[in-house]
Amino acid sequence: MAEKVVGKGIKRTEDPRLIQGLAHYVDDIKLPDTLHAVFVRSIYAHARIKSIDTSAAAKTAGVVAVYTGKDIGQKIGAVPCGAAIPDMKVPDHRVLAMNKVYWVGHPVAVVIAENKYIARDAADLIQVDYDELPPVLDEETAGDPKAAVIHEQFGTNIAYKLTAGEGDIEAALKSADKVIKQKIYHRRLAPIAMETRGVLARYYPGEQELTLWTSTQIPHLARTQISIMLNFPENKLRLIAPEVGGGFGSKLNVYAEEAIIGYASMQLGRPVKWIEGRRENIQGTIHGRGQVGYVEIGVKKDGTITGFRYNVFADMGAYFQLLTPAIPTLTGLMLSGCYKIPAIQMNVTACFTTKMSTDAYRGAGRPEATYVIERALDLIAYELGMDVVEVRRKNFPEPFGAENPFKTATGLFYDSGNYQGALDKALKMVDYPKLRDEQKKARAEGRLIGVGVSTYVEICAMGPSPALPAGGWESATVRIEPTCKVTIMTGASPHGQGQETSFSQIAADELGVTVNDCTVIHGDTAIVQYGIGTFGSRATAVGGTAVYLALQKLKTKATAMAAHMIGADAKNVTFADGKFSSGGKSVTIQEVALNAHLAKNLPADMEPGLSAQSFFEPKNFTFPFGTHICVVEIDRETGEIHMQRYIAVDDCGNIINPLLVHGQIHGGIVQSLGQALFEEVVYDDQGQLVSGSLMDYAVPKASQLPWFELDNTVTPSPVNPLGVKGVGEAGSIGATPAIVAAVVDAMAPFGIRHLDMPIKPEHIWNIIKKQKTGAA
Amino acid sequence: MSTKKISVTVNGTTHQKEVEPRLLLVHYLRDVLGLTGTHVGCETSLCGACTVMVDGQAVKSCTVLAVQADGASVTTIEGLADGSTLHPMQQAFWEHHGLQCGYCTPGMIVACTQLLQRNPDPTEEEIRHGIEGNLCRCTGYQHIIQAVQCAAKKMKSKPVAATR
Repeated sequence: MAEKVVGKGIKRTEDPRLIQGLAHYVDDIKLPDTLHAVFVRSIYAHARIKSIDTSAAAKTAGVVAVYTGKDIGQKIGAVPCGAAIPDMKVPDHRVLAMNKVYWVGHPVAVVIAENKYIARDAADLIQVDYDELPPVLDEETAGDPKAAVIHEQFGTNIAYKLTAGEGDIEAALKSADKVIKQKIYHRRLAPIAMETRGVLARYYPGEQELTLWTSTQIPHLARTQISIMLNFPENKLRLIAPEVGGGFGSKLNVYAEEAIIGYASMQLGRPVKWIEGRRENIQGTIHGRGQVGYVEIGVKKDGTITGFRYNVFADMGAYFQLLTPAIPTLTGLMLSGCYKIPAIQMNVTACFTTKMSTDAYRGAGRPEATYVIERALDLIAYELGMDVVEVRRKNFPEPFGAENPFKTATGLFYDSGNYQGALDKALKMVDYPKLRDEQKKARAEGRLIGVGVSTYVEICAMGPSPALPAGGWESATVRIEPTCKVTIMTGASPHGQGQETSFSQIAADELGVTVNDCTVIHGDTAIVQYGIGTFGSRATAVGGTAVYLALQKLKTKATAMAAHMIGADAKNVTFADGKFSSGGKSVTIQEVALNAHLAKNLPADMEPGLSAQSFFEPKNFTFPFGTHICVVEIDRETGEIHMQRYIAVDDCGNIINPLLVHGQIHGGIVQSLGQALFEEVVYDDQGQLVSGSLMDYAVPKASQLPWFELDNTVTPSPVNPLGVKGVGEAGSIGATPAIVAAVVDAMAPFGIRHLDMPIKPEHIWNIIKKQKTGAA
Repeated sequence: MSTKKISVTVNGTTHQKEVEPRLLLVHYLRDVLGLTGTHVGCETSLCGACTVMVDGQAVKSCTVLAVQADGASVTTIEGLADGSTLHPMQQAFWEHHGLQCGYCTPGMIVACTQLLQRNPDPTEEEIRHGIEGNLCRCTGYQHIIQAVQCAAKKMKSKPVAATR
């Protein structure tokens, strides 16, 4: 019997083009007569536009057009927001600034020229006369009556208020023996995909067809939204996500620039291309996180949690991008973590500030939840003198699955989980008792060793359509061609996650063909049926399931055809190794594929062809989980944090390709590490973006990282037939608390119970110095 | 702006072109010669996506002017393979899943190739230090390190001719 390939870490079929530099990202697509666009962006955080003088730019040789808000602001629809929160205030955000700019980077004008050097020269000639207004920088105070109001029509900077959660929180906190409080910051982060955004638009005036190549995670959703913005028929707009160089949620969006470039191509009758610079990217691509939260957790003397309240100020930025207001609601959903908590309440005050919009960035609201609950569990442990592991174990539910899903006071039913299993495995890998012993000895010598433990669960495989703004299903069409090559069209939109390989693995096993017989097509709305896209760790759990279900339809049809070809009863036909057999007779899938198209020997009631489609609607989210343990040592002289060991035991259910899973976990852990120790988007007190380049925004480098020791448990998800949970964001959710906990633990001899991210050596050094000098 | 005539050999082929003195080497390779394998990831010479070899030295082509490469021999990612035979570094990246989105990969592979040319048997720490100039947002670098270790083994048993 041929070996199955699902479960094997085979090499990716994507790689040959990537390792030879032969792939096509947006800027690699060259069309004749292409014009190049450069944007002029606001240099003030908040200002009225008194005038814009584009005359010098427009007169420059090689400049074909210059647009400002006055020219196109009302001709193109508003930048869309897909989320709906009761009573939320939605700014009418135009593609270019109209009378006001409200963040540094707000696009004010666009220059379109024969080449990008001329466009850049001409952009420098545009004169904008601004009347500065006070910036609004702090989400906690943005709602104060004294603050300058950004969107004057609302009279306030409060975008919405929301309360979520179940149970009697007041009673729960009253019944506690102790209520522990902590203020927690989740600083703004920049996703920093290595490929910045970019758009290439080509309009054919004869056919009246517009093609947009754009670096996006959501080709179909973007097509729909841009067709609305341009008032252009959706079925004449072709949107193509070519090779996409990373997204991390920042390209799960619809941006002003996409519509503007499409519009320009239609106006000018030539292809138009815009490639975002890195400074532009940090200014004008969405940021992640941006919450200031107040934790209140009630606990009994024995460590049992009675209730959890989280009051949070959420920084929306200056306006809404696609999912901006929805992100804090995802935080609310996961405040229970891995624990039985009878009463949970989240109170959100979401505010506008004069900064770039926040939106989904790897984890999208869930890292915030996991971080606060994990920090809260540690604070409980410190307060009660309990081991951080034991207080977690005390509040875990028993292992559970489909028959007894775990219900939380946030309204969720977790699909399956065995938190003890992952925890025990991680503790064994690190030899936890020995580790704590070594820590004791090291502390006696004056060394600062810390151990941090995070037991996380997260919500992904987005998701049941009633819970998602634009639908949460995913689509697949699978075709077996006459030569038995297999074509898989998925509505998922991979940008590094490897589904060209993993979906081929699924098809190869189901059909008895090889991975190289299969091709996976994605990203082109003219070829692929409507789909939702790649985000929220959904591509395999939802998209892969759609592929799997389409394959089952194909197998049913092929079996019936084969039965007819060999004169057997379909229910007596077995299929193995690509052969349909019954009563000593057999026919190969290759023969069936040819017959399906030549159609000379088909059952009377059967249509020719071998193509099947599935739209899979998941009935629940999935909930991957795990335990991460981090060991650090702090250099007393410099405050530097050295990571000695990092262990991750993750459970993402069944695994299609372990190499891909490890890659996702490594990448996620490093982004968590970045948040914990290095990264922060910084605006100064004038609202100037100070961290606007990679010299200042500290993306982790290889030399700053430890070796990650990975293992896993497997608790299949009952939500889909593959048993897959999703893993794309787990590392960026589970690791941050472990790293921070390790540093806090290392600093415990100084009485430290909490430190704010990013934890810089300078801060550690100051704490150590203070104690040395005996300063208060 | 006046132009200057330059002659640059790229992946073994010599090109004569007239370019503005301010034209970046990375733009010359991508836009004038159409070799789009080398990528741009930043404006501050931090990310390394633009790494190519100029006269055998790995450089960040976003911080080199095309006129500086006049008379030089440049190797880009497209020139690493020997016909249809992948360079051992490319093969190793493939085997060890040393890439996800692929955007940093051409620069990373060139940088790693230079690393092994200078230090054929690097430790994990030496590899991490050697690729400090190349950012990757997807992989967390661990599979890249394994790829370099694998390539080092491959190249020890089957040395590759120095790039043109």
